[in-house]
Amino acid sequence: MPKLFDLALTVNGTRFEQAVEPRTLLSDFLRHDLGLTGTHVACEHGVCGACTVLLDGEPVRSCLVFAVQAHGHSVTTVEGLGSIEQLHPVQEAFRQAHGVQCGFCTPGILTTVVAFLDDNPDPSEEEIREALSGNLCRCTGYQHIVDAVQLAAKNIKTAHQQPAR
Amino acid sequence: MTKTLIGKRVLRNEDPRLLTGQAQFVDDVEIPGLLHAAFLRSDHAHARLLGLDVSAARQRPGVVAVFTAEDMGADWEPGPPLVSPPPTAKDVLFHSRRQVPLAKDKIRHAGEAIAVVIAENRYIAEDAVEDIIVDLEPLEAVVDLEQALHPGSPLVHDDLDSNLAAHLFQKKGDYEAARKQADLVLQRRIIIDRGAAAAMENRGIVADWDERSQHLTIWDTTQAPIPIRNGTAARLGLSENQVRVIAPFIGGGFGPKMMMFYPEELVIPWAAKKLKRPIKWIEDRRENFYATTQERGQIHDVEIALSRDGHILGLKDIFLHDTGAYDPYGLTIPLNTQCHAMGGYDIKNFTTEVSVVFTNKTLVTPVRGAGRPQGIYVIERLLDAASKELGIDPVEIRRRNLIPADAFPYEHGIIDQAFSPLILDSGNYWPVMQKALEMIGYEKFIRDEQPRLRQDGRYVGIGITPFIESTGVGPYEGARVTVEASGKIFVATGVGTQGQGHFTTFAQVVAEQLGVAVSDVRIVSGDTAEFHWGTGTFASRGAVVAGNAIHAAAVIVRRKVLELASKQLDTPEDELELEGGRVRVADIPNRSISLAELANLANPLRGAVEPGTEPGLEATAYFGPRYGATAFGAHAMILEIDPETMMIEIKRYVTVEDCGTVLNPLILEGQIHGGVSFGIGNAYYEKLHFDENGQLLNASFADYLIPSATEMPRIEVGHVETRSPLNELGTKGVGEAGTIPVPALFAQAIENALADRELEILESPLSPNRLYELLSRKEAG
Repeated sequence: MPKLFDLALTVNGTRFEQAVEPRTLLSDFLRHDLGLTGTHVACEHGVCGACTVLLDGEPVRSCLVFAVQAHGHSVTTVEGLGSIEQLHPVQEAFRQAHGVQCGFCTPGILTTVVAFLDDNPDPSEEEIREALSGNLCRCTGYQHIVDAVQLAAKNIKTAHQQPAR
Repeated sequence: MTKTLIGKRVLRNEDPRLLTGQAQFVDDVEIPGLLHAAFLRSDHAHARLLGLDVSAARQRPGVVAVFTAEDMGADWEPGPPLVSPPPTAKDVLFHSRRQVPLAKDKIRHAGEAIAVVIAENRYIAEDAVEDIIVDLEPLEAVVDLEQALHPGSPLVHDDLDSNLAAHLFQKKGDYEAARKQADLVLQRRIIIDRGAAAAMENRGIVADWDERSQHLTIWDTTQAPIPIRNGTAARLGLSENQVRVIAPFIGGGFGPKMMMFYPEELVIPWAAKKLKRPIKWIEDRRENFYATTQERGQIHDVEIALSRDGHILGLKDIFLHDTGAYDPYGLTIPLNTQCHAMGGYDIKNFTTEVSVVFTNKTLVTPVRGAGRPQGIYVIERLLDAASKELGIDPVEIRRRNLIPADAFPYEHGIIDQAFSPLILDSGNYWPVMQKALEMIGYEKFIRDEQPRLRQDGRYVGIGITPFIESTGVGPYEGARVTVEASGKIFVATGVGTQGQGHFTTFAQVVAEQLGVAVSDVRIVSGDTAEFHWGTGTFASRGAVVAGNAIHAAAVIVRRKVLELASKQLDTPEDELELEGGRVRVADIPNRSISLAELANLANPLRGAVEPGTEPGLEATAYFGPRYGATAFGAHAMILEIDPETMMIEIKRYVTVEDCGTVLNPLILEGQIHGGVSFGIGNAYYEKLHFDENGQLLNASFADYLIPSATEMPRIEVGHVETRSPLNELGTKGVGEAGTIPVPALFAQAIENALADRELEILESPLSPNRLYELLSRKEAG
């Protein structure tokens, strides 16, 4: 029987404590132990980016992180970005621009883009494509995804420019 | 009635769930007591299986069961044949050999399943797989298509006397006679190699047998839930009604998920019923490269006969087609190749002969394009060669041969993948190609820009490739449309959805008829409990065939609504309008009744009904086309190539599509973008490298390169709309259109960019390395 580790971490603002095997991947912990199945696993070798979550705000491949490495840290998954009733501006932009087809790569792209626009709120198309180059999509050819990121950047900028009430 | 919703850029109904991670994919299914499976797969491509020792695996804590072929006993049976050879073709030879649940006696491809471990979690299951001891005798692998047919070659199937799986000869007119009249006869050998579909979601299946209700529920990443239900029920001795197959949200299909009764689909439901426990198997990416079907491998020896002015007098194509270790999918792919080798050209004499070959490699079944890209590659390469030989402009030689608009329906006579004589139903080809030429500024580029760029020492080339795409084949699909008590509409159809927006386009078709908001139409697709007649989503047929069935059902419901409303409002039907979820009198808008009220009136709880009345406002309808509609398109591209690194940059990419009536331009564009991306992968970045032992050398995304956002250009999409006469909506399919002409286009544009090197490209896929090799070889003489 493998020795379990008492993992404690925050996911989407909620604290979780659970004993896990050290070899459990963060992606599997999120999906199967916490039931947060929005994060998808597509390659499990760190190339496609579908499993991207934010670890203390920075995008990481959750298939290449052991759950125990997130001990004491904060994780944000797609479920923490917005809800069906209240989409995050990036999610709304993806809807408007038809940046989603099968939706399997989408959660990883959303977390990547949220972090990217935080660092670079006014990106060029070239910078957007570069930022997306670690996320593979087989359905869209990326064009509407790029459009969505441009729209999101524009909308977020406009929202910030509204005078405070 | 005027169209208000069809053709509109309606935002997708399904997006909020997908965007918030709330959409259920197969691996998201959790059931109490769920067990997890892992398969032991062969490392060898060809071997005799002498023995298996699973005892250590069975002992491992957390392992519930280990099954081998022997354990399956009398239940062990190869998968059913999926597509028979065409009964309508004359000279057909076909040896049916189908995939097996678990290898017994012999292993025929690397990655073939040998045993399955069922455990409390996937981590333990994979550990236990390592415990299994396999005793096997490696055999020489059959890898090369031509060597596979040499006498004395090792045999993939020992009960046959060669590796010839099938042979089909077809002809139109008389090529040999045409050849005698030719001013120019060209011969070429064209080699096309395999690529993977590489959907982002790997395959998976969850099977839940409930002993008390005697019912089996299966979640499967399949494009064909209804046939999976029917076949699984038959194999397990159950009534079809005892089995429910759900294809929930699927992360991309692209063809291989239309392959049915994969070994895992044969084993997991059987194991679930045997253990009376729910079992989940999810493929990992490495398994996907070995155990999910692939496509494209063919070798063509082709000959074209032309007159001096560039008219094609005839075409001959003798080719080998690689089917891998088994051939469950019949002759679908080579038939598509045969039917696309004439492109959209007026060719009156055509001889085509395919030999399908077994090899010790992963099975071959349709991957986006499904044999069509190979056919288009052949004819477009030949026309480019002829254009150079005859000194005729490459655009002009195509214009001279394209089928003219007044020649439709154009009958080729050879048999297609749906077993019917190939007929191109409608089209307006030259204007589509012209539009692509205009959009990319073809003439200006050739005349002004290219010479200037060449002077600057830059290698920038242009290409234009017209193509046909067979779509919308039968047999049929069906749908049920219901006005619910809430006034909202519920639609059930059999075809599954893998991202192509059915939840929205189908809703538009219904909303058009019933005057409701698109977001008030709820679509359920791919659940056999909701609808159990149909085949699946494949061959660019979903929107055409299911869409038209849905349209037909919606038309009937509209009629029922009007009939009932007419009685309620005491007004003739032709004075009524459907809008905003209500039926109103045309010039007296406050005289109206809601669909909700009508639905309730149509389903009374008390009282008597007239004899022959059907309750509710509901209809079920089916649609089966006489034959598949043929779409047409043209792609044009300007690309720059670095002559030292052979790296490319696509400067412009233009597509013009004629897929008949467009249901939703936003979704259509997405399909084109995605299709082109797939095609660019096929053309320049992706190739499955098998070595001489049948080992796949690049079974990961680190080594099998699918295009990322930095490789993809912006794609400019143009439209021409030639309605199809084959269905009410006038629509044709478009799912594979983006992919089909791309390899041919790349070959042309690269040759054009490197014109001074006089390179002729007769193979696909290319890559920077391969191009460098080809050029070096040419320079070495």
